Amino acid sequence: MADNSTTTASRLGLRIVALAYVGMILLLPVGLLFWRTFENGVGEVWDQLTNPAAVHAFRVTLIVAFWAVLGNTVFGLGAALLLVRHRFPGKRVFNALIDLPFAVSPVVVGLALILVYGPNTSTGSWFADRGIDVIFSLPGMVIATIFVSLPLVVREVVPVLEEIGDEQEQAAWTLGASKRQTFLRVTLPAIRWALAYGVVLTLARALGEFGAVAVVSGNVVNKTQTAPLYVRNAYLNFNQQGAYTVAFALAMIAILALVILNLVRPKEHT
Amino acid sequence: MGISVRNVTKRFGSFVALDDVSIDIPSGSLTALLGPSGGGKTTLLRVIAGLERPDTGVVDIAGTDSTKLPPQHRNVGFVFQHYAAFKHMTVFKNVAFGLSIRKRAKAEIRKRVMELLELVHIEHLANQYPGQLSGGQRQRMALARALAVEPEVLLLDEPFGALDAQVRKELRAWLRRLHDEVHVTTAFVTHDQEEAMDVAGRIVVIADGKIEQTGTPDELYDEPSSDFVMGFLGPVTRLNGRRVRPHDLEIVSPSTPDAVSGHVARVVRLGFEVRVDVATDKGEVWVQLTRGDADRLALVPGAAVGVRAAHESVVGPARAATQT
Repeated sequence: MADNSTTTASRLGLRIVALAYVGMILLLPVGLLFWRTFENGVGEVWDQLTNPAAVHAFRVTLIVAFWAVLGNTVFGLGAALLLVRHRFPGKRVFNALIDLPFAVSPVVVGLALILVYGPNTSTGSWFADRGIDVIFSLPGMVIATIFVSLPLVVREVVPVLEEIGDEQEQAAWTLGASKRQTFLRVTLPAIRWALAYGVVLTLARALGEFGAVAVVSGNVVNKTQTAPLYVRNAYLNFNQQGAYTVAFALAMIAILALVILNLVRPKEHT
Repeated sequence: MGISVRNVTKRFGSFVALDDVSIDIPSGSLTALLGPSGGGKTTLLRVIAGLERPDTGVVDIAGTDSTKLPPQHRNVGFVFQHYAAFKHMTVFKNVAFGLSIRKRAKAEIRKRVMELLELVHIEHLANQYPGQLSGGQRQRMALARALAVEPEVLLLDEPFGALDAQVRKELRAWLRRLHDEVHVTTAFVTHDQEEAMDVAGRIVVIADGKIEQTGTPDELYDEPSSDFVMGFLGPVTRLNGRRVRPHDLEIVSPSTPDAVSGHVARVVRLGFEVRVDVATDKGEVWVQLTRGDADRLALVPGAAVGVRAAHESVVGPARAATQT
């Protein structure tokens, strides 16, 4: 009895500590953000969201996020297949390199991209001669976003590919399926939820990216300003309502994507 | 026709998995590839299926040189030890996979798949997912899936290895019956000599990447070509330095002329059989008796007895040595 009650008490204590921790670090800030956003009524929120500069910032963010997600989905899938299904020299180095974006600060990523693609560099002027500005324009922002979110799809897909093994694929071959048919009918369906999860995480990361994009975009209002950059500008210019509203909208898009994925994903599959 | 493998060698790095192997698997036969783990039997099966490419040698399937053909074009059915079920497809879709790849008509696929599911007795599970099936049911589904495309040869890699003992015994008997019905040239890999002798009409013993012996279960058991095959196929003991099977020995009175004399060291009852260890001048001999014989002899530890071969003709090594 005594043992039982102490374990119950300690379990309860642990639960309270965990909840308090999550509450202080996650729920309270997000909750306050929600409250501050709507404290002056829905009309204010609507005005802030439809403000032309905010609309433009959202559009830029969505364009950048779309290309970053597309690029990282294709690359992530290819890299995961390469890492799990093939042997090649330099595989360990390749595997380590994929995690590099997690280790490097986004600001450093932005500065490094300027070193390579900046207007005064040879690579930058090569592109400029062909009418493509990389830095202070969309291509550079897309590259920066791809860089910072590169590992997400790979790291979601690799463990699932390892877990399912290659016997299903070999069985498909012996049944007459070509490599392409095998990929589309056997491999892809087996990893689809991991891939979807990786895509949603990449989307969330791309929507919220600040540091790297801040460096390479130039932060020009109505041109290269993304939604996170807009939030910062609005906050610094004492437009707190605008900052809270756009920040809240950004958070909601990412959270919604996660929630939808978890709702449609069947429980027994991974 | 059937399968013909000629001088196949396969290395993985410095490890030689198959060393100049040549075998024939006759058309319509049910052949076991038997051997210890790591002996190369699975590699041989995968080479036949085209899942591994041999370094040298030729694989001929039903009269076609298939050495360079990819697995897609060899027309083999392959059953994996761990089933390799397509987890995201229903049982029906799993079995229909090969036919839908071949773009057969819907009605034809439906008919053929239902026939096969009935053949393997899982027609009631057609709309279930593999995750909802037992191991034995999954393996039967894998077998139906392999048979759906009417393969020239059926290859099974340790098909019962992941199943528990009772299910394994049932599936063995069932595979034998299935082969009687379908008659497809079949080769299966096993490391269990009892399973090989129970199911197969022919056995190929493989060890260390080489073929040790090929023959019917009786030939291999009674006329092993090497000490290895003799020891691998069944129990072995030594009488006067000669290797014999314990059930080919009998216990007689110590004064019997050609018997080796000794005394009983141990008597162990194992259900219907009795294991008697007899200490002789040249070491201990293990004699296997039926319970009735043991009771009649009324053996007790310490008793003086004689041991001799029950029927001279089945004593292995001397005869095997002259044969090879």
